[in-house]
Amino acid sequence: MNIHNESAAVHHHVHRDDIGAKMGMWLFLFTELLLFGGLFLVYAVYRYQHTEQFHLAAMELNTGIGTLNTVILLTSSLTVALSIAALQKGNKFLSILMLSLTLVFAFMFMINKYFEWSAKFSHGIYPGSDELLSLPNGQILFFGLYYVMTGLHGLHVLIGIIILSTILVMIIKNKITFDNYAKLENSGLYWHLVDLIWIFLFPLFYLIQ
Amino acid sequence: MHEENSKHNHHIGYGTYVLVWLALLAFTSITVTVAGVSLGEYTLFVALSIAAIKSALVINIFMHIKFDEKIFKVFLLISGFTLLVIFILTFFDFIYR
Repeated sequence: MNIHNESAAVHHHVHRDDIGAKMGMWLFLFTELLLFGGLFLVYAVYRYQHTEQFHLAAMELNTGIGTLNTVILLTSSLTVALSIAALQKGNKFLSILMLSLTLVFAFMFMINKYFEWSAKFSHGIYPGSDELLSLPNGQILFFGLYYVMTGLHGLHVLIGIIILSTILVMIIKNKITFDNYAKLENSGLYWHLVDLIWIFLFPLFYLIQ
Repeated sequence: MHEENSKHNHHIGYGTYVLVWLALLAFTSITVTVAGVSLGEYTLFVALSIAAIKSALVINIFMHIKFDEKIFKVFLLISGFTLLVIFILTFFDFIYR
């Protein structure tokens, strides 16, 4: 009986490849990097072509809300890192607390985004609006890129919320534990990538005056 | 904070993460402040440099790449280099068209 249990445990252990899982995650992150990289390339070329118009259009963006969202995302990156560290040290409660905080920050980010976009919409600036189409070409391009890039980033935040919520439930149910935390770690990597992309979106859209 | 040199299963202490977070906030306030000052053609360069420093902190410490398998670092360098080549080639095409 004892021997049987032991061999079952060993068998179970062999079938786990945490490094392989992490390598898969990193490879996925690089496809993400190239996806956003392509958009940054479009941004770079159009900004080079329409420097003045990009500056004028960027004046419309709310630097305050952009800065607030930067602080929120950076802090959420900290809490997810702390959540992993806590679980590795066997502190399940702290890990759950930090992961929950990460989710709260993610929601705060999306709420700010909602208010930011609503304000733009109420000023008549949204893709295809008459107000926007009456602007010079460079400004139309700026706002087009603004909506596509921050929109795609926002979509990643929403997906992150779904992933991190799933992970949270798995930690609570002891499916993810102090010696089996690869899923939490990989979700953390995804969340840090979302933060990384924002680190570049923020100065390129909100800080060109 | 402890066992800074052990390679595998390297666990960073809470304190290190908090310090990195403080540094990230400091760089954010610097980049926002600098954006208000007119630096002319250097504005973009300064903003991107600060973003690059922030990324390095996130990638090395938060994403653990400094302490993980070397191969991840190689992956990262290859994809970064690929992106750089695409940018350079596109701009050559665009400028000399």
